Amino acid sequence: MPKRNDIKSILLIGSGPIVIGQACEFDYSGTQAIKALKQEGFKVILVNSNPATIMTDPDLADRTYIEPITADFIEEIIRIERPDAVLPTMGGQTALNVALDLAEIGVFERYGCQLIGANIEAIKTAEDRELFRRAMDEIGLESARSVIVTSIEGAEEAARSLGYPMILRPSRTLGGTGGGIVTTPDELLPKVAIALAASPNREVLIEESLLGWKEIELEVMRDHKDNVVIVCGIENLDPMGVHTGDSITVAPIQTLTDKEYQRLRDAAIRIVRRIGVDTGGSNVQFAINPETGRIIVIEMNPRVSRSSALASKATGFPIAKIAAKLAVGYTLDEIRNDITMETPACFEPSIDYVVVKIPRFNFEKFPLADTTLGTQMKSVGEVLSFGRTFKEALQKAIASMELGSFGFDGAKYVQGMGTTEILDACARPTPQRLWQTGEALRLGFPVHEVHKASRIDPWFLEQIKEIVDEEERLKKLALESLDADHFLDLKRQGFMDRRIAALTGRSEGEVRARRHHLGIRPSFKSVDTCAAEFAAHTPYMYSTYDAESESRPTERRKIVILGAGPNRIGQGIEFDYCCVHASMALQADGFETIMINCNPETVSTDYDTSDRLYFEPLTVESVIAIVEHERPEGVIVQMGGQTPLKISAELAELGVPIIGTSVDSIDIAEDRERFSQLVSKLKLTQPPFATARSTEEAVEASRKIGFPLMIRPSFVLGGRAMRILYSEEEVRTYMREGVEVSHDRPVLLDRFLEDAIEVDVDTVSDGRDVLIAGVMEHIEPAGIHSGDSSCCLPPQTLNSDVVQEMRRQAIMLARELQVVGLMNIQFAVPKSGQVYILEVNPRASRTVPFVSKATGVPWAKVASRVMAGTTLAATGAKEVVPDGYVAVKASVFPFSKFAGVDTILGPEMKSTGEVMGIHQSFGGAFLRSQFASNIILPAGGTVFLSVKDGDKDQLLEVARQLQQLRFKLIATEGTANFLRASGVDVERINKVREGSPHIVDALRSRQIDLVINTPEGWRPAMDSKSIRLVANEMRVPTYTTMAATRAAVDALELVRSRQFLSVKALQDYLNCLL
Amino acid sequence: MKSKRDPARQATGEVGYLALSDGTVFKGRCFGALRGADDPVSGELVFNTSMYGYQEILTDPSYAGQIMTFSYPHIGNVGCNEEDEESTRVHAEGLVVRAAHKSPSNFRATIALPEYLAQHGVMGIEGIDTRELVTILRTRGAQMAMMAGGVRVDPDDLVDQARAAGSMEGKDYVKHVTCKEPYTWDYLPWSLEHGNRRRLSPEKSTSQSAPASTSRPHVVAVDCGIKTTILRLLVDVGFRVTVVPAGTIAADIMALGPDGVFLSNGPGDPATLDYVVTPVREILGKVPVFGICLGHQILAQALGGKTYKLKFGHRGGNHPVSDQSTGKVEITVQNHGFAVDRASMEKLPDKSATISHFNLNDLTVEGIASEALRAFSVQHHPEASPGPHDSRYLFDRFYRLVMAAR
Repeated sequence: MPKRNDIKSILLIGSGPIVIGQACEFDYSGTQAIKALKQEGFKVILVNSNPATIMTDPDLADRTYIEPITADFIEEIIRIERPDAVLPTMGGQTALNVALDLAEIGVFERYGCQLIGANIEAIKTAEDRELFRRAMDEIGLESARSVIVTSIEGAEEAARSLGYPMILRPSRTLGGTGGGIVTTPDELLPKVAIALAASPNREVLIEESLLGWKEIELEVMRDHKDNVVIVCGIENLDPMGVHTGDSITVAPIQTLTDKEYQRLRDAAIRIVRRIGVDTGGSNVQFAINPETGRIIVIEMNPRVSRSSALASKATGFPIAKIAAKLAVGYTLDEIRNDITMETPACFEPSIDYVVVKIPRFNFEKFPLADTTLGTQMKSVGEVLSFGRTFKEALQKAIASMELGSFGFDGAKYVQGMGTTEILDACARPTPQRLWQTGEALRLGFPVHEVHKASRIDPWFLEQIKEIVDEEERLKKLALESLDADHFLDLKRQGFMDRRIAALTGRSEGEVRARRHHLGIRPSFKSVDTCAAEFAAHTPYMYSTYDAESESRPTERRKIVILGAGPNRIGQGIEFDYCCVHASMALQADGFETIMINCNPETVSTDYDTSDRLYFEPLTVESVIAIVEHERPEGVIVQMGGQTPLKISAELAELGVPIIGTSVDSIDIAEDRERFSQLVSKLKLTQPPFATARSTEEAVEASRKIGFPLMIRPSFVLGGRAMRILYSEEEVRTYMREGVEVSHDRPVLLDRFLEDAIEVDVDTVSDGRDVLIAGVMEHIEPAGIHSGDSSCCLPPQTLNSDVVQEMRRQAIMLARELQVVGLMNIQFAVPKSGQVYILEVNPRASRTVPFVSKATGVPWAKVASRVMAGTTLAATGAKEVVPDGYVAVKASVFPFSKFAGVDTILGPEMKSTGEVMGIHQSFGGAFLRSQFASNIILPAGGTVFLSVKDGDKDQLLEVARQLQQLRFKLIATEGTANFLRASGVDVERINKVREGSPHIVDALRSRQIDLVINTPEGWRPAMDSKSIRLVANEMRVPTYTTMAATRAAVDALELVRSRQFLSVKALQDYLNCLL
Repeated sequence: MKSKRDPARQATGEVGYLALSDGTVFKGRCFGALRGADDPVSGELVFNTSMYGYQEILTDPSYAGQIMTFSYPHIGNVGCNEEDEESTRVHAEGLVVRAAHKSPSNFRATIALPEYLAQHGVMGIEGIDTRELVTILRTRGAQMAMMAGGVRVDPDDLVDQARAAGSMEGKDYVKHVTCKEPYTWDYLPWSLEHGNRRRLSPEKSTSQSAPASTSRPHVVAVDCGIKTTILRLLVDVGFRVTVVPAGTIAADIMALGPDGVFLSNGPGDPATLDYVVTPVREILGKVPVFGICLGHQILAQALGGKTYKLKFGHRGGNHPVSDQSTGKVEITVQNHGFAVDRASMEKLPDKSATISHFNLNDLTVEGIASEALRAFSVQHHPEASPGPHDSRYLFDRFYRLVMAAR
């Protein structure tokens, strides 16, 4: 049956900001879906609050609403746009949840639109654990024994029947938020309390433990004629107990026989039919007892998921695109396989390689967080790699992680450990466990013992053992003694040149030279869905060391774009957005574009984003090999964040033709001494600074610079280990405990400008002309990492002279640095009005997508064309300043995933994603940014106030405003006395140390609806920290700066009237500018 | 018949060569049994794209006369066991893989693949760029190949021998793999709980629909190289099963009093099997007939159709097949180098048979049916093993056909 004719317009719900458990895979799936639906002639309306997505590009959907993904806002969009159908399966758990909410309040009936891709009944059955369990019983499949509880007492009862350990799974949360493993009775109370708080319906499933069982996932597609195919089977290397998003996973399944696999396949098909997913992709997770083969169904996601993105990238089968087509009536046999062009999509991919996914964590950002992995997802990104064997794929995946590891170099993770400690380390799942198992095997622990400890399947351990055994042999050999056969064998096992260099005591360059001398170079194989059974027209390649190379470079003019690697805090979807835009713009200019990246969640690694895709680590070794093979006329390194930049100098030295701003200019901006010379040459001002290589040097420098000062190690990402210090004593402590200092890696000290307004300016330049893409005023004061601050465009409080001055300086800097492409400058403007330069980054910045959305100018595209030789004038790009509306960007934080981590903001970046609010008024835009970040501002209730002395003046105004809005105010003694003295009516509450009932009790018992807490002097006092921790746990909105508080209070005024819901499409905002 | 070899010397990573009749030579390392220059492996080189189920494939009699290469690089991960055998021995002549595993990991594994192959006297070569090999076979067609390992192997010599080996066309392998004497079969399909040793008890019925064995309809299965899973599923669906050698004459089959006749899968060129086709032609119309794979090609010939050799065949577990009677697509298991000629079926007088299933990849004939003669057959393998179970409904269809005719 061809496509439905009764539907003309479709509302697609996106997934909102990047958070742990829901990353850019949903931009990838949503973008594919929009393209597919538009191709079929549907009018597509999109709602998504995340500006850093490709899907929210104003020329992609017909109507784009950058609005919070809540039932209220979506109802308003539906009321205006009257779509015939709503597609909720592309936007992760967020979209499914909001679809349930919409159904509950009767929106679909009210406006006569229907849900496609999933029905409410199916979503409910899949999401509600009890309904799901009953459904599984009906079709004769086993679920883990479990009890649903809604209270601590219920959990204690459950413990008696299930025994320890028990698994906690809060209902209706994403990424397993609030979940955990209770191994002893002492852990029951705290963990169950967190789990109950995390569940929107206060419901937690407590389950028998399946720890150590095999975990297998199947990706299923079904059409409305009940044709079903399994796209991919995925085996978790980390056994049950670790969230699949945090597990190392492998496709295809390695340790099941066909008979066991077919039992899963049969079960998955029965599950999809029983749950009633009429069309689209679903993910089914199983646990398998490795000793008996007993199968337990874990869960089923009736939507496109992180795993389906992975399965799509692993097989070449575009699940989201096909799911979108199935949703509008097509059947699988009517859809062509894009890769073979001749066979239908109704088949099951056969792959002839192995893919390995490794999650990427950011625990170094949250020093107090527990690094043990469990049922709650904690990773922030992932890499995927391809190899012809598991060993090759695994080692390539390790090199893709950008952790400075190029193989099993994990000796540091077991240093000083005794026998039991090493086996304990293997038993405790953490980000280091992979390396620790390698070291355990290297130290001679037999596979069966490491298996007993880790429960990792012996097959994987055997492979890892082969790698470390090979390493031990290699350590005894000289590089020159390796003959071609041996060298080839090493490369076939995935040993990186860097690793061989380390093992033989040589440099990477020497290893590469030796390898080339022996005539050993990688071959490139294609990902074709069919294991070469059919001729494929695929541009989708990976490197290996097999005989035949299938990648035949063309004679066209071509540009290579280096991607951004795994998502992590400080480097997220924004950079992938820039890479994708570079590819689009250069394709439009007639270039062949070649993407190199290893992040499976992204649009950049979609098979039709660039002319050619190399799914490869972003290492010197792999980039050089591709460049030698493809011979492009240019390589772009400034779109993918630090990842390509880190290797750009080495690439340039090796003769790679880097285009855009020169590596030397990048170095001037990165090198403090050189940059400072530039600043003084241009007669600009920067805060006093110094570089120190020892504690004494640091103390000395601090005397010269003065306090407060900001201190940080050199060359880091996202402000790692940055601190603001107020005394010499603090400098000494920081130097002693905070960082590893060496001659090559000194620490940097800067005078910190207190209470200054921070400003981001993005520019594009062709080396002569300069355009200011946007001037963004931060809402939080300088000192909070720019990636964590909210900001607005256009500026709201800066006067035009200051803005003019920053423009002047930006243009001067761009010319002086001979910038060709993008440049971002951070300024600070203290009360004096003096403009200070904080930082210059001659590359794409995190703010580029936000500025592009807010101005309607695709700045990354403009910059890419300029890099490839077009003049800025010839691009036709013009500066745009939003007029008649304000755009606010706000950051989204992962605090709810890390129990015990302070929510206070500082110079260390902690946010995982961002949202945009756009509205005629600043308050309206800020409010949207808060709702979109899942900070649901209360319309009334009680506000707790506790601010540092310096903020008291501002507090008064805020308190009066809140009172006018009829909020009840409560405060601890100091603040309460201050407010009362000024005539504000406020109730006093005990500090924690003053005894119960105190503020934390009040938070726990839900008596507080909003917390305003600005801590004294960046030193998080223990008392105020416990307030923030509990507020975070109880999901009470909390503001920790006065600037954000003022903005929030502005927004609160709007919340009281429903008018704030009025929505407007991005296209309409932008059209007003024309 | 291929002589059952003495337990051969086990290979320990000796250099081995795979030589194709087009002159291509691959070098790898040997595992399984070591077959030297004086005793090389000879066969038609074919590829299979299944990612799971190498043991079922290696023991499928349809692979007699063929050297098997798997497109999936890791083979042997889960070892071997008795339950996963489709016959009592390895029928493939040789095995070509990217990486063979010596330390299997699976709770049902009883022996590693290399030892298992050695026990069966079969050699494997690993370290081969099997993707390149698949590409060669896809573009140039299936071809004869030789394999040998150890010292004194001259690859050029092997190429010459491969060239001299001729083609699969015109070769009858059925006579090597069919049973010698008729036998009855009462084993039930494999299950995790019971393995494959569960038999039909003569007194009790195994399922609600199937009566006890004494009152069950009787099917006679013509063994051209039958996989045991087919026999097990025939029992499971409700039949009493007697297996007879290929070439059993019609009168002898009918003397067994069958309610239906089943034509099995098997190796070789279907056009050489007049001695199997003729009895089927005589039986048609008397009792319902169901054929699988080679059995399908035999039925087609008995109805007057023709077969031809495909360029490189279909071997894998992911081929989409559309059932014309329902319009639904099933993911099927395929293993055939020959196919039924579509035109020859469409030209049959009186439209005595129709094409019931098509392969959606290349629109080749996947199934035929004759309502009048109560006969049908499919090219693919509804018994799966290995592969998806989507087509198992065909066994029920056969059972219903037999019961309706009874």
